[in-house]
Amino acid sequence: MKICVLVKEVPDAAVEKRMDSGSKRLDRSGERNLNPFDTHAIEAAMQIREGGGVDVDEIVAVTMGPESAFRALHKAVSLGADRSVHLTDDALAGSDVCATGYALAKVLESESPDLVLLGQQSDDGECYTIGAVVADHLKMPSLTQVIKIGVEGGKLRCERQAEYGYDTVDVELPAVISVGDAINEPRYPSLKAIMGAKKKQLDKRSTGDVGIEADRVGEQGSRTSVIAINPPPPKQAGEIIEDEDTNETVEKIVSWLEERKLLA
Amino acid sequence: MSILTYALHYEGEFNKNSLGAVSEGARLAKELGGEAGVVVVGGDDLTDKLCATLGKYGANKVYRGKAPEGLAQPVVDVMAKVISDNGFKYALFGGGLLGFEIGAGLTARLGAGVTMEVTAVKAQDGGLVAERPILQDSAIVDVGYVGEPGIIIGRLNAFDMAEAGDGTAEVVDVDVQLEDHSTKATMVQRGEQRGADVNIEDADILVAGGRGLGKPEGFEMCEQLADALGGVVAATRAVVDAGWYPYAAQIGQTGKTVAPKLYLAAGISGAIQHKVGMQSSENIVAINKDQNAPIFEFSDLGVVGDLNKIVPKLTEAIKAKKG
Repeated sequence: MKICVLVKEVPDAAVEKRMDSGSKRLDRSGERNLNPFDTHAIEAAMQIREGGGVDVDEIVAVTMGPESAFRALHKAVSLGADRSVHLTDDALAGSDVCATGYALAKVLESESPDLVLLGQQSDDGECYTIGAVVADHLKMPSLTQVIKIGVEGGKLRCERQAEYGYDTVDVELPAVISVGDAINEPRYPSLKAIMGAKKKQLDKRSTGDVGIEADRVGEQGSRTSVIAINPPPPKQAGEIIEDEDTNETVEKIVSWLEERKLLA
Repeated sequence: MSILTYALHYEGEFNKNSLGAVSEGARLAKELGGEAGVVVVGGDDLTDKLCATLGKYGANKVYRGKAPEGLAQPVVDVMAKVISDNGFKYALFGGGLLGFEIGAGLTARLGAGVTMEVTAVKAQDGGLVAERPILQDSAIVDVGYVGEPGIIIGRLNAFDMAEAGDGTAEVVDVDVQLEDHSTKATMVQRGEQRGADVNIEDADILVAGGRGLGKPEGFEMCEQLADALGGVVAATRAVVDAGWYPYAAQIGQTGKTVAPKLYLAAGISGAIQHKVGMQSSENIVAINKDQNAPIFEFSDLGVVGDLNKIVPKLTEAIKAKKG
């Protein structure tokens, strides 16, 4: 079995994110981390390999993004992927969900995976959608926000929380599964794995290499357009207490609650 | 300009968020001068009578497809057909998990633009514009659509239910051949309740715990504080999925929506998925050791510190105060 894991480089959590008012796109200049949700997807792939329920020949990390996104692939490889594929092309800049999903589906198609795993959301765009977009293009069954995966007789048994409680769903392969962060605790990469990551095979692909039609990606392939960026409605900032002396802190909280008649 | 919404149902009842979307779709269709259609997908429990009740929320026509329930891909097949056959210009979803999956599937199938986490929709220049908060709600973008249809996926509780119509909608059956891949996922068990049944929706005071509690035993501390305050304990999805606390106590996306007089959050970072379930609370107090936690952006009182030190002392102080 071949598993492809979709990964993404996102801004460091400590860097303030902002929109570029000219291009109306997210300013991505401060990006340098692997999306934390994606580390759970790689770990899930590793656990399927180590679980022994199925033979995993290869785990391939796949990303789409600017030149700098190779760092996310190095991280993914240090966490256990065997090699990586980087779809990068100026023509892809400004792609919306529709265009991104199409482009990712094309690069995945060139790898013919039996299973595609990804994190249920990205730290920047907060969208849960990309897995389901990719699945429809690839004509594969799909499930998002999965918190348990078992391999039984060539099928996956998945659990997830949905609107009315926990659902258990059997999914035939090949399939696209997005995972939630409760699925596992990702391992820390060893120093050796970090050092070795740069030496593992990394294939760069352009849109032409994987048969992406130019008019379906980038700004011209996008089906949404940002008309305006507005500040949120003003909200009065709350009080903040820094806990230095806990007795004093507790006293302050108690009087705050009392003033609002919450201790009646 | 017609608008199609999807209404999720379970055990003979429509989902509240879906009814909000149906109401919003009807309002917008009226403004644009088009039809308000609704797609329902399931088995025999989708009776004519049940489907027709969607008219109460302003639906003109209900398109009923027979297919497995609780999975997104069969619904994508039904909606794609209804949209192509009837020329709907927009598809609108409430804030559920399935809405995200179905909307995303339609995006691919129809080559359509999609906007998610939408908090408001307005009619503008003869079309719809979706408002979407981004970057932890620090900015709101207005998104328009290029070509059709446009797909709008709401945030949980974004759209209110509103009774608008005469009470009955026309019900038509849709004959659809499911795509091969839509038949390859099978529901084994649906709606399993994990953990004890607790009622958090009627409580005036909630003490909610998150991953910052560090371990399942951290909830004992929350329970003691809740007892002292005369409240009840709630939890985030992360800790419920991890098995630390019962599902019935979960706030937010795929959990409950609450608006108590006091919401005290212990060790909760305040992700959007949690925020949408509790932001209407009258007073929000947050205790978290990370001063950059998003919850401090929308709490009325934020306490930056170690909850293991603060919560037990706070419990004692409240007990003493109340005598």
